Amino acid sequence: MKRAGIIMVLGSIFLLGIFVFPLWNIRLGAPQYPEPLGINIYINGLQGENEFDIQNIDGLNHYIGMKTLPKPEDMWEFSVFPKVVALMAGIGIVIGLLSVFIKISPTWFLIWFVSMSVLGALGIYDFNLWLVDYGSDLDPNAIMKLVNPDGTPMQYNPPLIGHKKLLNFDAFSYPRAGGILLGIGIILSLVAYFVGKKSQSST
Amino acid sequence: MKIRILLINCFFIAALAFMVSCGQAGEKNGNGALGTSIAEKVYVAPGERDEQYGFLSGGYSGNLTVYGLPSGRLFKEIPVFSQFPTSGYGYSEETKPMLNTSFGFIPWDDLHHPDISQTNGELDGRWIFANGNNTPRIARISLSTFETEEIIEVPNSAGNHSSSFITENTEYVVAGTRFSVPVPQKDMPIKEYKSNFKGALTFIAVEPEHGHMDIKFQLLMPGFNYDLSHPGRGKSHGWFFFSTYNTEEASTLLEVNASQNDKDFIAAVNWKKIEEFVNNGGGTKMPANYAHNVYDESTHTAKSTMKTEVLTVNPSDVPGAIYFLPTPKSPHGCDVDPSGQYIIGAGKLSANITVHSFDKMLAAIEAEKFDGDAYGIPIINYDDVLAGSVQSGGLGPLHTEFDGRGNAYTTFFISSEVVKWKLGTWEVVDRKPTYYSVGHLMIPGGNSRKPHGKYLVAMNKITKDRYLPTGPEMEHSAQIYDISGEKMELLYDFPTHGEPHYAAGCNAELLVENSKKIYRIDENNHPYGIKSPADARVERDGNEVHIYMSTIRSHFTPDNIEGIKVGDKVYFHITNHEQDFDVPHGFSMIGQGTSEILIMPGQTKTSLWEPKRVGVWPFYCTDFCSALHQEMQGYVRVSPAGSNIELAWSLDE
Ligand SMILES: [Cu+2]
Repeated sequence: MKRAGIIMVLGSIFLLGIFVFPLWNIRLGAPQYPEPLGINIYINGLQGENEFDIQNIDGLNHYIGMKTLPKPEDMWEFSVFPKVVALMAGIGIVIGLLSVFIKISPTWFLIWFVSMSVLGALGIYDFNLWLVDYGSDLDPNAIMKLVNPDGTPMQYNPPLIGHKKLLNFDAFSYPRAGGILLGIGIILSLVAYFVGKKSQSST
Repeated sequence: MKIRILLINCFFIAALAFMVSCGQAGEKNGNGALGTSIAEKVYVAPGERDEQYGFLSGGYSGNLTVYGLPSGRLFKEIPVFSQFPTSGYGYSEETKPMLNTSFGFIPWDDLHHPDISQTNGELDGRWIFANGNNTPRIARISLSTFETEEIIEVPNSAGNHSSSFITENTEYVVAGTRFSVPVPQKDMPIKEYKSNFKGALTFIAVEPEHGHMDIKFQLLMPGFNYDLSHPGRGKSHGWFFFSTYNTEEASTLLEVNASQNDKDFIAAVNWKKIEEFVNNGGGTKMPANYAHNVYDESTHTAKSTMKTEVLTVNPSDVPGAIYFLPTPKSPHGCDVDPSGQYIIGAGKLSANITVHSFDKMLAAIEAEKFDGDAYGIPIINYDDVLAGSVQSGGLGPLHTEFDGRGNAYTTFFISSEVVKWKLGTWEVVDRKPTYYSVGHLMIPGGNSRKPHGKYLVAMNKITKDRYLPTGPEMEHSAQIYDISGEKMELLYDFPTHGEPHYAAGCNAELLVENSKKIYRIDENNHPYGIKSPADARVERDGNEVHIYMSTIRSHFTPDNIEGIKVGDKVYFHITNHEQDFDVPHGFSMIGQGTSEILIMPGQTKTSLWEPKRVGVWPFYCTDFCSALHQEMQGYVRVSPAGSNIELAWSLDE
């Protein structure tokens, strides 16, 4: 049970990686942008991969009438998400330590895992909503109005994950260190549950 | 009759034989080129980059051109001494001071010899220096912005030709005068040239951190013509060598009268000795009037300051600092090999190349073996300083460079060829024709201790038959040779702009990393710059109107301005708010008596317009910046002088 607790604490600490590393990255490349433009998505705001990428992406997006990319104060997510993750990491560390010292049931790990997974899924859902909103809520006075072959207005949201062609741009969307650590942290809590369960049945 | 037929037949046969042989020769050439991989050696596929940069002087264009090697592709023309409408250099208010001189605004010069800055005798890629020949000036160009940052005028000088070569730690850039003149200038009979005119060899100190130039001292030499020069290196570091002609001191029909002496001189100057003399308070301050123009990258603005004094040194005051090395037949080139041992003098009326030995020179000085003196400057005995001579059989050697493997390459102007020979044995290894009158040649890094030794660029004065004709004048040509093997191989020729007198080259890696991509808006300290489009405004100060304007793809802020009057001086101060590589915006105003300006990302430039007619006049962006570039425009309403229309400006109202 001691081992499971340590794994739980470790997993919870991994969560804190999002305060250092970006969660996600969206990169836009095209033949005329041999050095692609990139946005790193942090838990508390957006940052260009290179210093002026955000400004330059906004510059391109204004042709299709897309809103400028949000500043931290423009979205509640950037202030709420860090608190939620910090809280969950704290709880994770506490129950991990508790299991080391006073042997609480590994079910706590499972409860933590399920709640964190739900929160994570909600986060990804929210992120996707945001992408779709940015890609489709366009200024009606936009300079360029493009339609799909079926006549519906073109949407410019990058993919949630993977690659998508946006006009002449190749958009790539993938998790970065913060997001990967978050995932590993969540999985570790599940591992802690099984390890704890196994050690319980063997004693 | 029979005889006639026979003769005609003979003629036909002869002609046929000639044609066949020509055809064969032509075919052979064709097969030769196709049979080898010559084309591959210069082909740089789309998206790939050249190995090296070549900076070719533009001569009478006043500018410097940047080529890729080995492709020969022209990348850029850098304005240095000439107004340049492509960017507005010399037209914008910020850059006009760059072309200020003691004669006033001089928007042109004759740029001859570029040289890249060095540290420990190796190219360091910080700056490139270039000389203006006509109104003597030296320019320093930044190799991170590829813009001219500083120009210093050289007083007491004329025909600033033996320049702008630099010592191996960029301690000095020299500006030797080709024409001797009265110093200080005065009204006197030209006939009295002899012993009255002086040749100023100017040593300009380069401040190591920012490269700022300042004349340290001027050596007032006898009234010869100082043609080319070269710093010593390695063991001869501390010395500078200048070739001379017209040691006859003739003042008319020099074509004949300056070619009378069988030998002229290479002047060997121990600049360390003179520097020491000057540092100890030696030399004479002389009133002078010359401009020093410095461009500040943070204010994007040049400032011209007039200097009033120059420190001159009389050679006889520093005994043991200057010697003359006799060199046959009006030497032009004066080149020092990478080890610093050999000083090569190319007598342009000679068939042979003269090589002096630095060690022998020191020994002769030590032993005081002199062959008289000229104006008190000791002349070393020719045989005591001669290392050897290359019996080439070519005609008119001009200039020599080195490959770093013990070989030297000399251009022959009259016989139009490049001759490769071995240092030390003086034997000719190879010779290749150039096409019409080669001048100088360049091996990247050739003017340093470490030449790259892979390519050689020969710069030719005449181009006929090489390219499609373009009227009576063709652009000059450069030819690139592969010199990596024993035999040279002609790879390619490409046209150059202006007249390429000399060039400097370096590996691409040396510059690519440091090349600037944008100017940062937050570091823009231009007094009329604005940090954001929200600060755009128009202000009147008497009859001066200052427009603080912003550009961003694809509009000007403001785009409509009213309240301007005939007779106003309207200054458009335009800040480009892009922070993206290679996205300049342009600006031009109808009827403007100047050029457009091209403003780099993050930069501010000012264009002056003096409206002469009432009306509503458009301006627009001159650089195709985006899909909506055509929409990047605006209007200025001009009212009669004395009308009381209020200043007003707007965007999207
Ligand atoms: Cu534009």
